[in-house]
Amino acid sequence: MGAGATARAIEAVWRIESARLIAGLARVVRDVGLAEDLAQDALVVALEKWPESGVPDNPGAWLMATAKRKGIDLLRRDVMLDRKHAEMAHALEQRQESAPDDDDVDGVQDDLLRLVFTTCHPVLSTEARVALTLRLVGGLTTAEIARAFLVPEPTVGQRVSRAKRTLATANVPFEVPTGAELAPRLASVLDVVYLVFNEGYSATAGEDWMRPALCEDALRLGRVLAQLMPREPEVHGLVALMEVSASRTHARTAPDGSPVLLADQDRSRWDPMLVRRGLAALERAEQLGGALGPYALQAGIAACHARARTAEETDWERIVAFYDALAQLAPSPVVELNRAVAVSMAYGPAEGLALVDQLIDAPALRGYHLLPAARADLLAKLGRTDEAQEDLARAASLTRNVRERTLLLERARRLAGPHGSALG
Amino acid sequence: MRFMMIVKATADSEAGAMPTTEELTAMGAYNEELAKAGVLLAGEGLHPSSKGARVVFSGDSRTVLDGPFAETKELIAGFWLIQAKSLQEAVEWAKRCPNPMRTESQIEVRQVFDADDFGDDLTPELREQEDRLRAETAQRQG
Repeated sequence: MGAGATARAIEAVWRIESARLIAGLARVVRDVGLAEDLAQDALVVALEKWPESGVPDNPGAWLMATAKRKGIDLLRRDVMLDRKHAEMAHALEQRQESAPDDDDVDGVQDDLLRLVFTTCHPVLSTEARVALTLRLVGGLTTAEIARAFLVPEPTVGQRVSRAKRTLATANVPFEVPTGAELAPRLASVLDVVYLVFNEGYSATAGEDWMRPALCEDALRLGRVLAQLMPREPEVHGLVALMEVSASRTHARTAPDGSPVLLADQDRSRWDPMLVRRGLAALERAEQLGGALGPYALQAGIAACHARARTAEETDWERIVAFYDALAQLAPSPVVELNRAVAVSMAYGPAEGLALVDQLIDAPALRGYHLLPAARADLLAKLGRTDEAQEDLARAASLTRNVRERTLLLERARRLAGPHGSALG
Repeated sequence: MRFMMIVKATADSEAGAMPTTEELTAMGAYNEELAKAGVLLAGEGLHPSSKGARVVFSGDSRTVLDGPFAETKELIAGFWLIQAKSLQEAVEWAKRCPNPMRTESQIEVRQVFDADDFGDDLTPELREQEDRLRAETAQRQG
């Protein structure tokens, strides 16, 4: 194997092993930042040795043993050798002598779960949670995260190191929250994953309408969570929402890279495997019982679209019912706006427009381009072309996504044309 | 990116030999590992080719050949579909598989085509043509 091939193989091993490695180390040293440093040290040794020796048969165990050795060295060398460090060094030695970690599947899973709750801890800013989770749980490099979010690499590096310091300073325990704390903390974890997915699904900035690799990263994280917390319906709800949404990836981008609206998508291009996986995940969420949470409700809506063979077959009344439940559970102007659109589809554009008009002054929607975009659609259907064009122009001036802006202006132009039809 | 890990057939698998409980347990643990890592999309085992058939295309003619087929090592006994970031990652996953067969055997790792893989060679016009063909095919099937 050439040096380049070995480097790529090491990168692949890292992606597969790093989360388990860091999680296992964090349990012993009780510091996620230190655990990652030790794991990185082991990676450096691998990069030195493996090109000569080849990738070992059990690279995960090799990395773990090397990281522990590094940890013992570091803690012994530490001039501040206090009791805490002595205890950690002892614990690392104990772990080194005990049975291989691979045998303790449940233990590894528990450590991973602790890691996820730590990287999504509320003491961190949202940006820090995202960066730390992708890096420590998703196995992404700082460079990959920077590319995905279109920010300079040093910015991500700083975000990660600051986040690790914050966790250490705040003495955030390496544990899974229990009791009343669990629900809000779980919601925070799911929000981080969904935020990653959404940035990939409809990029808030930049040239590309979608960044599918980021969607895949989020999907993978979501599936990992579903395995870690199989009894939590909302985790399955989130996975269902992401799988069904991702099934439309190829259909929602036109050959020139511009977005295609749901109603105009060629449904034969929806990925049937992801649809099937999404519907199965939704079924799991429903079978676990209890009222559906916000992600499961959104997945229910996505599933209504997935089940309709044509846009006309969509069960809009059922979608309105899902939005009603969602508006009760997680009231937000954005949900109200979507509900208004669903109402217009189920009961006519005039009913929808009445609801949209109630939202125009909502402070949270000021600057939200989808409000004038949706309003324009309804106005156009009602034959109020001039007003529709005005709203499309307003929507175009509000979006930061280049592809979306082009699409909105194109719709406005088509309304103006001699053969302008109500729906673009 | 998606990759298919293809398990090649052996004389045993073609003879319809069923796996032992131990082999099933090991394979079950591997499947669980793939699922826990969030990379497993789908996977199936196939019956021997004696239960299969081939349709041979030549111009307008369609000839059906019933199994079994001779070239055992070229046949497929099962597959996984996984999500990975690179061929190397998919290969690393394949290496973690327990021996899929009792005798010497192979897993072939292949990348699944994606519209984006055609890159600049697939011009918007060609893409449109491909999309139209797909849509027409779907209509004919539907």
